[in-house]
Amino acid sequence: METLSWGGIITRIFLQLSPVWIALIATFWISISNKRKLGLYGKLFDSTVGMIGFGIVMFWVFAALFSNVFGWLMPNDPQFFEVSMKHALPGEALPDGSGHYLLGGDKQARDVFSRMIYGSGIVIMIAPLATLMAFMVGITLGLPAGYFGGKLDTVLSFLANLILAFPVILLFYLLVTKEIVATGLPQYMAAVLFMFPLVFLTVLLNSRFYTDPGKRNPILIAVWVIGGWIYLSFISQHGGDSAIRILPAALDAFNPDPNILVVFVSVVFVNSPTVFRIVRGLTLDIKSRDYVAAGQTRGEGPWYIMLWEILPNVRGPLIVDFCLRIGYATILLGTLGFFGLGLETNSPDWGTTINLGRGLLRAYAHPVIIPAFALLSLVLGLNLLADGLREEAMKD
Amino acid sequence: MGLFILRRLGIMILTALCLTFVVFWLTNLYPNLEKLAKSEGNQRMADTEVVSWLAERGYAQPLYVKYGEWLGIAPGFTFTNEEGKTTGRCIAPGQAAEDAPSYCGILQGDWGRSTALDDEVSSIIATKLGLTGYLMMWVLIVMVPSSLIIGVLAGMREGSRTDRSLSTLSIITTATPEYVSGVLLITFFASGVGWKIFKGSATKAMDEPSLENFTLPVITISLYGMGYIARMTRASMTEVMTAQYIRTARLKGLGFRTIVMKHALRNALIAPFTVIMLQIPWLLNGVVIVETLFNYKGFGWALVQAAGNNDIELLLGVSVVSVVVVLLTQLISDIGYVFLNPRIRIS
Repeated sequence: METLSWGGIITRIFLQLSPVWIALIATFWISISNKRKLGLYGKLFDSTVGMIGFGIVMFWVFAALFSNVFGWLMPNDPQFFEVSMKHALPGEALPDGSGHYLLGGDKQARDVFSRMIYGSGIVIMIAPLATLMAFMVGITLGLPAGYFGGKLDTVLSFLANLILAFPVILLFYLLVTKEIVATGLPQYMAAVLFMFPLVFLTVLLNSRFYTDPGKRNPILIAVWVIGGWIYLSFISQHGGDSAIRILPAALDAFNPDPNILVVFVSVVFVNSPTVFRIVRGLTLDIKSRDYVAAGQTRGEGPWYIMLWEILPNVRGPLIVDFCLRIGYATILLGTLGFFGLGLETNSPDWGTTINLGRGLLRAYAHPVIIPAFALLSLVLGLNLLADGLREEAMKD
Repeated sequence: MGLFILRRLGIMILTALCLTFVVFWLTNLYPNLEKLAKSEGNQRMADTEVVSWLAERGYAQPLYVKYGEWLGIAPGFTFTNEEGKTTGRCIAPGQAAEDAPSYCGILQGDWGRSTALDDEVSSIIATKLGLTGYLMMWVLIVMVPSSLIIGVLAGMREGSRTDRSLSTLSIITTATPEYVSGVLLITFFASGVGWKIFKGSATKAMDEPSLENFTLPVITISLYGMGYIARMTRASMTEVMTAQYIRTARLKGLGFRTIVMKHALRNALIAPFTVIMLQIPWLLNGVVIVETLFNYKGFGWALVQAAGNNDIELLLGVSVVSVVVVLLTQLISDIGYVFLNPRIRIS
């Protein structure tokens, strides 16, 4: 087979990604035709910037989903290598004629295009989840700090500022190492941090159904059983030197890879204090409103006021910040990869790939530039999405 | 005002103490000490040898004692071997044990010794900070004026074509972390793929910085911060441009140029000042990435070396410096804010 020209490469890539295009068109078509019924999400389709951002983000979501779950989109397996294709240029054909390396080969003669597509999976899985977790921590601590003030606020704010005063990279270098994983510290941190969603849900539902124990008790028991099981599955592991192994192996639903766990925990840890500060600031602002005073006079409990009166009213800025923060988490994941921390060196995620190829950057740029552009486009998409959401939320 | 600064300095010292203690604790976890023993001593040490290596050098003491020694409030560790020769934390090689001071921590001005770079921590940090300070100076010289100009140009006519294109540009730069922009700049301006105008390595810039070897690192760090400052300036500028007094000036018949230069600009630049000050700690991250990518052996490079080799005392020195930078910039931004905006009072 012959080497493809640039036109050929672009056509091939376009065809290769056709499931993503179909899914994107379907999403946009359904969303635009129902946009008046979909609230803030529907309003997004009134703003060009928001639509572009949403399109880019969904492109990567579908790419991650189709490649990681179904194994589509990738011409070659991400770890497949063909020795003669080392540092192959874009469009070069495999010697046995079974296909091409559409965007060339890397230092280890693997397909750059397939790895770039497959690598989106790690980012799309970790970044939003870690951000969500950071929001759980930030909201659960930020609401009472802003609402009650006093000593609680002083202590929590001091701790948040303490973490923020740490240079992020120093923190990563201290936390994300083999030696620290061996001490089990990430698992203990996970045990504390992953507790917050459970606490959040408990307080949320308890304050809502406090007056109706007939409903409250079954709901809370269900949350504790299911949530507790997921929580324990997450933190207990059965590897060689695992620190926490509470749950018997038969009940343990999933064992997160310790490398991914430590990356996840440190991204949550770095992001939580900022979310805490935002939530605290917003709560301080809303606290003095009349409807809060009205709630207090009605005899509503402080947690009910915080979670069911204040929180829904600060959702606008929080949603916008959520999008920006996913982008920031993506950058942090890339930073970790860039310094070769956490994930294994043959992991296809973008940061690690950039790190792998940057030594030979001036001779062979394509193995580095492709993941660099991928990362750039995802973060850009998230920023544009946040911008569109902010614009539309301000119109209310 | 004096009381305010005093209180902030108190918080600063408390934060620095807490932070260094955390760093101390993390670097003194046993697996890290074992790694240190093996890299300093011998890779194939048996477990018992590691234990005795650590004990002879005082690493086996309780954490609080070691931290006190580093601070200089506990007497330095000494060890006498079977031959009666005494070595210790405060005893320099070749010095008799009796002549050495019993306390040697940062209170005595002794920052310890780097195990990885084999030099005094204080002298390493001083030279590395000088190199990084030079880089940062150029970053600020490039970043601050250009981002302010972009922000003001975009914000003075909200919704215009200039505004939209400049805003898009700032969003793109905020979405480009240093390791992405650095890689792209090297590819397009320093390799065979693009134009070979600049150098992709800044190692030479440590001795003789020139346009050729220093441009790319400076641009790489500036770009990431630039978008953010420009957006803040734009937001502040658009807010000022809709203020009552600007409308009054316009109704008086003043020209657009006079309004922007004389009336709007002064008020519009208050908010960006805080942002720029608070951006400086963020630049520290960029510095670490860029110094690694361009091989410029400054403060960020030292951080990476120290962390990678579990070089405890260098890491502690690096963290103290970064904490001071972070908190000092916060303090300056708060105080500067008062001077720029007389409506705000600190009490």
